[in-house]
Amino acid sequence: MTSVYLDHNATTSLDSRVLEVMLPWLREQSGNPTSRHIFGRSARTAIEHARTQVAEACGAYASQVIFTATGTEANNFAVKGIAANQAGLQILHSAIEHPCVSRPAQSLQQLGCKGHQVAVDQHGKLDVAQLESLLDVPTSLVSVMLANNETGVIQDIATIAEMTRQAGALMHTDAVQGLGKLPLNFIDLNVHAMTISSHKIHGPQGAAALVLDKRVDIQPLLHGGGQERGLRSGTENVAAIVGFGMACELAMANRQDFAKHTQALRDQFEHGLKSLNATIFSSQVARLPNTSFFAIKDIEGETLVIALDRKGFAVASGSACSSDSTEPSHVLLAMGVTPDLARGAVRVSFGTQNTAAQVTSLLDVLKNEILRLKQLTSIAA
Amino acid sequence: MSASIEMPVLKDHDEGLHPIYLDYSATTPVDPRVAAKMIPYLTEHFGNPASRSHPYGWTAEKAVENAREEVAKLVGADPREIVWTSGATESNNLAIKGAANFYSAKGKHIITVATEHKAVIDTVRELERQGFEATYLQPEPNGLLDLEKFKAAIRPDTVLASVMFVNNEIGVIQDIEAIGNICRANNVIFHVDAAQATGKVHIDLEKLPVDLMSFSAHKTYGPKGIGALYVRRKPRIRIEAQMHGGGHERGMRSGTLPTHQIVGMGEAFRIAREEMDVENARIRRLRDRLLHGLQTIEEVYVNGDLEHRVPHNLNISFNYVEGESLIMAVKGIAVSSGSACTSASLEPSYVLRALGRSDELAHSSIRFSIGRFTTEEDVDYTIALMKSKIGKLRELSPLWEMFKEGVDISKVQWAAH
Repeated sequence: MTSVYLDHNATTSLDSRVLEVMLPWLREQSGNPTSRHIFGRSARTAIEHARTQVAEACGAYASQVIFTATGTEANNFAVKGIAANQAGLQILHSAIEHPCVSRPAQSLQQLGCKGHQVAVDQHGKLDVAQLESLLDVPTSLVSVMLANNETGVIQDIATIAEMTRQAGALMHTDAVQGLGKLPLNFIDLNVHAMTISSHKIHGPQGAAALVLDKRVDIQPLLHGGGQERGLRSGTENVAAIVGFGMACELAMANRQDFAKHTQALRDQFEHGLKSLNATIFSSQVARLPNTSFFAIKDIEGETLVIALDRKGFAVASGSACSSDSTEPSHVLLAMGVTPDLARGAVRVSFGTQNTAAQVTSLLDVLKNEILRLKQLTSIAA
Repeated sequence: MSASIEMPVLKDHDEGLHPIYLDYSATTPVDPRVAAKMIPYLTEHFGNPASRSHPYGWTAEKAVENAREEVAKLVGADPREIVWTSGATESNNLAIKGAANFYSAKGKHIITVATEHKAVIDTVRELERQGFEATYLQPEPNGLLDLEKFKAAIRPDTVLASVMFVNNEIGVIQDIEAIGNICRANNVIFHVDAAQATGKVHIDLEKLPVDLMSFSAHKTYGPKGIGALYVRRKPRIRIEAQMHGGGHERGMRSGTLPTHQIVGMGEAFRIAREEMDVENARIRRLRDRLLHGLQTIEEVYVNGDLEHRVPHNLNISFNYVEGESLIMAVKGIAVSSGSACTSASLEPSYVLRALGRSDELAHSSIRFSIGRFTTEEDVDYTIALMKSKIGKLRELSPLWEMFKEGVDISKVQWAAH
């Protein structure tokens, strides 16, 4: 693959040190962690070690970490599991959540839990005043993502959580994009529940976690053999969990370097975008250091993405999960961006392996492709 | 990675340090061919299969679809009928909750069997808490379901039945075709947990009247953390999704797909399809050798029907031996007493109790489950080990002494002290 990979918010390559710790668990070591013989016990020990690594990376206690298969599962678990105990109360979530938060919230309508979206401003920051007024109605749960996967916008979770607590509700945050990129501390964030995922931090796909305050009453999503203290049944994915633990340890150690390095690339990139007359979304507010979400007037994002791919640059026109839909980004629409401009959106998300030379090359290619596409449209017009 | 990965060989089975692995029903080692196939998808081809905009995503997506075809081929399904999940527990949850909720207008009664895995039983219990009613049928003493009793349990408001293909503790095979036909005739949706069945019995969903079927990779020499749910298209079965989000798997199960694990499951199922018949013949010979060896010990009882049973499983109770001491005594082999998922508790196996076994016999049972890498030496060592340990434990047992003297223990009045 000679393409330059610039889609790190979609997923990341596996770090070779992570692969190394995983391999034995895909080969010789094969016990079921619940079995009592040595094969089982050694698997159990490995999982518990990974649990402490994950906990340390996000400032939580090991006993607060519940392993799931995906971030989607952890979000579904949090939203449905918490609301289920408080049927009839409303659920609030931001208008820019990933569908794996908004859709489970929607699905609870039939239990009598009305879901309400809290608006964001034109920068993508939560309308805190609206949240406050919505909290006048009895609420079971508020869910607001720490950092948005498309724009990179970072919310003031601690303040939102405090407001939520004052109103007697529980607070959940999807921190999947924040781990490894921002300082992450479960206690400081003041939330009751937090989702993190392995494959965004150079860990394997197949492992994620819900970090949960143990005093929270939550219904399991998966019933069965009683693993994870009855909260998440199913034979544990030992190899992926071991990989997740290692990835967390590495992410914690590398976070500052990652932020510095990718922010420099992003700044270089966005400086170059100026001369291309691009609209850069959310550039005025705090964002993830590696994310750049922009649009070029009159050029379809999809088209530009395909053009860049042909020239060897892998980017995205928004969330991976919706990359086969032609609908404009719901995040941008919530920010008041016109559908036309929103359809032009392209997301570049940098990683540790990316270089300044690649950014220069990307800008060059971008310039040429934009020119070419504009010429094509003018010929067609 | 090169193809020269060693087959795992269990040498030096000194007591407890490198026991012989005879717990294949709890989990199986990943076949080296499967591991080799997976690794490139952990390293080079790491893309998110949902990313439609670049080759990283396309490569991953292609691998996922190839694996889907392999899973479908093993069980006679259309690839569009295969939904990826994180394992059989999730598949069972999705099938049962998904179907019961979707079709709840038809009725709110569910039928299942008292010997199902906890992933089914606990899920049905959860639905009972939500307002459904459930019947938990007792099997016959041989572990098999009586078809007349099944038929009699069906009510006008029965919406769903769940019966596992192969039982994880005793390995018995239910007559899925007959049970399915009864369900069809009564308009009842039929779910089958086939986690222990793949690679052991032939499954042809073109012929079997089954609507939903759960699969697990790690019971068939694939990796942990990946499974699938078969959802019939003709006639179409609908289920309510349990995980909402990005709309993956035709909206039935959202969540980023773990490419490397899916590739592993595909390869594991391909190997199963190609090697099942030859492998099972070899395993049957080994299991029967073990059985004959163990039957030279007095007072041993096989749990579950021997004929309608997979060739891998042997579940035996050793009378007049205390259960905990038994497990402690046989450290040279890795086995289980009761299913892995519940082996943390000291309760006797609920499956064996459902067969009518007494607490004592249920407690003093061992499940031997052999597999692809089990050798004749392993079996012979096991026979020798069991004979020796059972002998020693019985020497210490006053109950055994009484039995040898001809005392009818069931008639003894025990004094409390």
